[in-house]
Amino acid sequence: MTHEAETIITVQDVHKWYGDFHALRGINMEVKRREVIVIFGPSGSGKSTFIRTINRLEEHQRGKIIVDGIELSHDVRNIEKIRMETGMVFQQFNLFPHLTVLQNITLAPIQVRKWTKQKAEEIAMQLLERVGIPEQAHKYPGQLSGGQQQRVAIARSLAMQPKIMLFDEPTSALDPEMIKEVLDVMIELAKSGMTMLVVTHEMGFARAVADRMFFFDQGQIVESGTPDEIFKDPKEERTKLFLSQILSH
Amino acid sequence: MANLDTALPPLTERSTILRWLRKNLFGSWLDSLLTIVGLLIVYWALKGFLTWAFTAAEWRVVSANLRLLMIGQYPIEQVGRLWLWLAFLVFLTGTSFGIWARQSRFAVGVLMLPAVLALVFPFEGAARTWLLALTVIGVAGWLGGRTKPEVLKRSVIAGWVIALPIIILLTHGFSESTTGFWAVAKTNLWGGLLLTFLLTVVAILFSFPLGVLLALGRRSELPAVRWFSVLYIELVRGVPLITILFMAQLMLPLFLPEGMTIDRVLRAMVGITLFSAAYLAENVRGGLQAIPKGQYEAAQALGLSGAQTMIFIILPQALRLIIPILVGQFIAVFKDTALVAIVGLLDLVGIAKTVLAQPEFLGLQREVYVFISLIYWVLSYGMSYLSQRLEERLGVGKR
Repeated sequence: MTHEAETIITVQDVHKWYGDFHALRGINMEVKRREVIVIFGPSGSGKSTFIRTINRLEEHQRGKIIVDGIELSHDVRNIEKIRMETGMVFQQFNLFPHLTVLQNITLAPIQVRKWTKQKAEEIAMQLLERVGIPEQAHKYPGQLSGGQQQRVAIARSLAMQPKIMLFDEPTSALDPEMIKEVLDVMIELAKSGMTMLVVTHEMGFARAVADRMFFFDQGQIVESGTPDEIFKDPKEERTKLFLSQILSH
Repeated sequence: MANLDTALPPLTERSTILRWLRKNLFGSWLDSLLTIVGLLIVYWALKGFLTWAFTAAEWRVVSANLRLLMIGQYPIEQVGRLWLWLAFLVFLTGTSFGIWARQSRFAVGVLMLPAVLALVFPFEGAARTWLLALTVIGVAGWLGGRTKPEVLKRSVIAGWVIALPIIILLTHGFSESTTGFWAVAKTNLWGGLLLTFLLTVVAILFSFPLGVLLALGRRSELPAVRWFSVLYIELVRGVPLITILFMAQLMLPLFLPEGMTIDRVLRAMVGITLFSAAYLAENVRGGLQAIPKGQYEAAQALGLSGAQTMIFIILPQALRLIIPILVGQFIAVFKDTALVAIVGLLDLVGIAKTVLAQPEFLGLQREVYVFISLIYWVLSYGMSYLSQRLEERLGVGKR
């Protein structure tokens, strides 16, 4: 565990504007290897925008983002390298509807990592075992439930063997009874030592596996700390108010 | 007796027809009235046509000129070459049906078509033999495809890829000498359905990739590419096809260096292709716009490059969405080729005009035009039907 304390993501004073709207106002964050970070906050607070700047689905206009030693810039090769090392799971799953589950998972390893079809399929089947749905390999996404689709999406990201996993509200589009099956997979992943950035309102998940939590509001980090600190003794008024709102129901 | 009637199951077919009639045509007194009036109108409209078709019409104009209508003035000596590529196509079709449409009754119908044609239409002896042979070849391919689908898949796909070059090569010929089986058949001798078919196939096969490229170009982030695509699409869509054909036939020679000529059939092919590409580009663009942004993002997040995203994720979905529109466009291309008759090529319509110019067939326009309309309709409807089947097949996994 020599690299236990090694920093894998550095974010310094990141700003982003949509036209006149100042979506991110000077975000700073350091993430260490094997850390699980939970980001939460009201809608429109910039938390999704922020997580999407890390694999450059959104471009930041000021500041610095360094992922695994590579700085994000306009250089396309750097962007592609970072995307190979970074998996992302979306709120709307975004599976490819014209491909089977197995093809969804093997496409990028075959095309980007240049694995053989056989190797890619072996690893895909292992991952489907891991997320608990190996029997769905030859179905199309449209034939699966939301929870199953999201688990395929997680397997698809893991197939690229990323060093970092980004989750953008992975359970927000799911029916309540399906949230648990996805969270279970994510908890298992966290315990296996994956570096994770998770935008979510699932406070149970945060309590169970988060190392640190960040509360976003109006494009800024209002407060950060361990789950214990955030839940038991929030410093900021806004954090208290938001937590009481989402924990009360 | 009444009891007996209810106890016995009615003849299912008769009863469904009766039920259908009652439900749809005689549901109420108003429905009945409308049905009767409708039938009278249909009778009145068709009576004249049917009487004409079966009594007055002189179909000998068609039977005497069947060969002209099919292949124009293509040299008799070399007609065997056309049969060769037709046999190749039928074999590929049969094998493909055997591999990919094992259960399709439509497939069997298509393969039987040449034999049916041979029996119904007054073809010459040799042609009749060839047509019967085509059905045999097609069925042989079909059986082959059914028994060994995995083995044949690759070869069949390769066969389709080289089909167009083979068709063109065989139709054109390649021998230096002016006589003999392999002698070159000049394109001014190509005519009738043969020419219509070649114009259509070439235009469809080349305008499709061109249209996709233009559609992508119109959405490109590079201003030069984008503006070129927009300019091209809007310019071409702004003029009628006939003017493009005229330009290709009459204006193009002005731009070429002296002594250099481009084949007239080739010019027509290029004209139709360029015209069709502009329309296809807009259709494809419509399909591209229907693909949600999340698909691009998921592909990018996985590290796929822009080109890979297009080829593996976006285009397959976009093109599948627009199959009905694409087929509509292909049918339109097929029918639009008729315009080449105006610039002097002898496609189906062009050859029909020359047939009618013969003194002995003066005044038989109706017979000839009804016949070629029938050909256009059968082939158009065939394409349309095929596309519906294709849509059903590809519907799997749609969300």
